Amino acid sequence: MARVGIIGIGHAAFGRRSDATVQELAFEAFRAAMNDAGIGRSDIDASVIGSVPEYHKQRSLAGVVQEYLGLNPKPTWLTEVACASGCAAVRTGWMSIMAGVHRVVAIVGCQKMTELETPEILALMGRVGEVQWESIFGTTFPGYYAMFARRHMHEFGTTHEQMLSVAVKNHFYGAKNNYAMFRKEITIEKARDSDPVASPLQVFDCCANADGAACVILADEERAKALCKKPVIWLTGMGCATSSMSVLRRPNLVGLPSAQIAAAEAYEMAGVKPTDINVAEVHDCFTIAEIMACEDLGFCKKGDGGKLIADRQTYIGGKIPVNLDGGLKAKGHPVGATGVSMTVEIAKQLRGEAGERQVPNARIGLTHNVGGIGQYTFVQILRRE
Amino acid sequence: MFKWFGKVNFSPFTKVSAFADHLKDGRVMGSRCTKCGALSFPPRADCVECMHDGFEFFEISGKGTLHTYTKIAVAPTGFDDMVPYTVGLADLKETGRIVAWIGETIPEEEIKIGMEIQVVPRIFEEREKIKVYYTLEKPGTTWSKTDSMN
Ligand SMILES: [Zn+2]
Repeated sequence: MARVGIIGIGHAAFGRRSDATVQELAFEAFRAAMNDAGIGRSDIDASVIGSVPEYHKQRSLAGVVQEYLGLNPKPTWLTEVACASGCAAVRTGWMSIMAGVHRVVAIVGCQKMTELETPEILALMGRVGEVQWESIFGTTFPGYYAMFARRHMHEFGTTHEQMLSVAVKNHFYGAKNNYAMFRKEITIEKARDSDPVASPLQVFDCCANADGAACVILADEERAKALCKKPVIWLTGMGCATSSMSVLRRPNLVGLPSAQIAAAEAYEMAGVKPTDINVAEVHDCFTIAEIMACEDLGFCKKGDGGKLIADRQTYIGGKIPVNLDGGLKAKGHPVGATGVSMTVEIAKQLRGEAGERQVPNARIGLTHNVGGIGQYTFVQILRRE
Repeated sequence: MFKWFGKVNFSPFTKVSAFADHLKDGRVMGSRCTKCGALSFPPRADCVECMHDGFEFFEISGKGTLHTYTKIAVAPTGFDDMVPYTVGLADLKETGRIVAWIGETIPEEEIKIGMEIQVVPRIFEEREKIKVYYTLEKPGTTWSKTDSMN
């Protein structure tokens, strides 16, 4: 089978980036990835932009990004599946190369979320769920994950303390990531003292809106081997699935069916098992989401995710290190950029370039990028030969 | 008129619009496919099982059990005057699930996953303005007109 490899990675600092437009953020990540790959723009056949349009004043974002990157007249298009738009872009680039249509594709995840005024944010927040039957009761994004959390506690005895331990871990690693929004460790006491958002979730259970961008350059096997001076990181397992928009149509509220199906697909394509994964980036938009992700990905049994973090098994040295870049929680969550940022981090880990956050001898890594409340999930397995 | 449905309504036009008229008369309706008989709550005009596009309403008993819930402290636009409010998700006896506020017949300290609930229609009328919705209440609670949406 044909193969697609990552030949360049780049990342812009996440956070409140009042110094830059979204296309300027995209440029930071793109330029870094191009320098990393050691290629020029004439080597790029197309770009795919992962972003969620409703946060931007600029309509039709792909066009303005493509111009600013200096990639006209090469083709570009936008992928949008809420918070999973980034890995959707990675998958779309992979598909176009697998199909033999393009040979080298730039994947740019970019988002500017802090330009909106608070009323605009609050209005958007009220339309996260299914609007006909659910949003009319003032449901919110944290509210949905809170309902998962409450049910998870009920069925498995998961504690809120275990959820907050996820935040403590992710801030511990975020403090060591130059690109993270919050570069400060936190204590469990501090997390416990934070304001309520949607019970049982508090402020420190939630990730923050951010601005940011990340970029990976994908190439077919021949071009990757010819162009890349660093170890090529191969996309070897590409899973993707959906679950119902409405939480009312889900089989249960203790996991994400889309994640379970996407994971099974990715493991099968890559020919690996959950125990083969050396390092993972999972979608911790809320602390409970990381716990459910570890279960949905098979890192532990369904229901044991709370215990996994309590036993520190998701730290370096544990069974499966998770979110060593700080995760969405500490790194910030510029929605369209997040999936690409996960891909950058795993590529870094597999190349051995993660510095003090490095998992020794990591060869196989995984990304888990979720849109909304699991309406869309992408699970992607990356490998260094 | 489906625009009556909800404190804030985002989707005034739908093929199941009569749901709101029934609710105004104190009935909570699900849908039944006229071909294969598949039931749905919330109602849908097009059968997800057999793809048939014919349906009829049937009244649900409103009996159910609480599946999960959350007390929301940070509210979106249009709900800030209600903060904090508790949203419950319940499994319905006949079919499907429902999301709604947990009403005042269930005090906060009595809320428990697995408890029995009754879906109760609520009608709020003020001059020309009509709003209909429902809440999750103690079994035995009957529907009523209401003078506030909190
Ligand atoms: Zn049918």
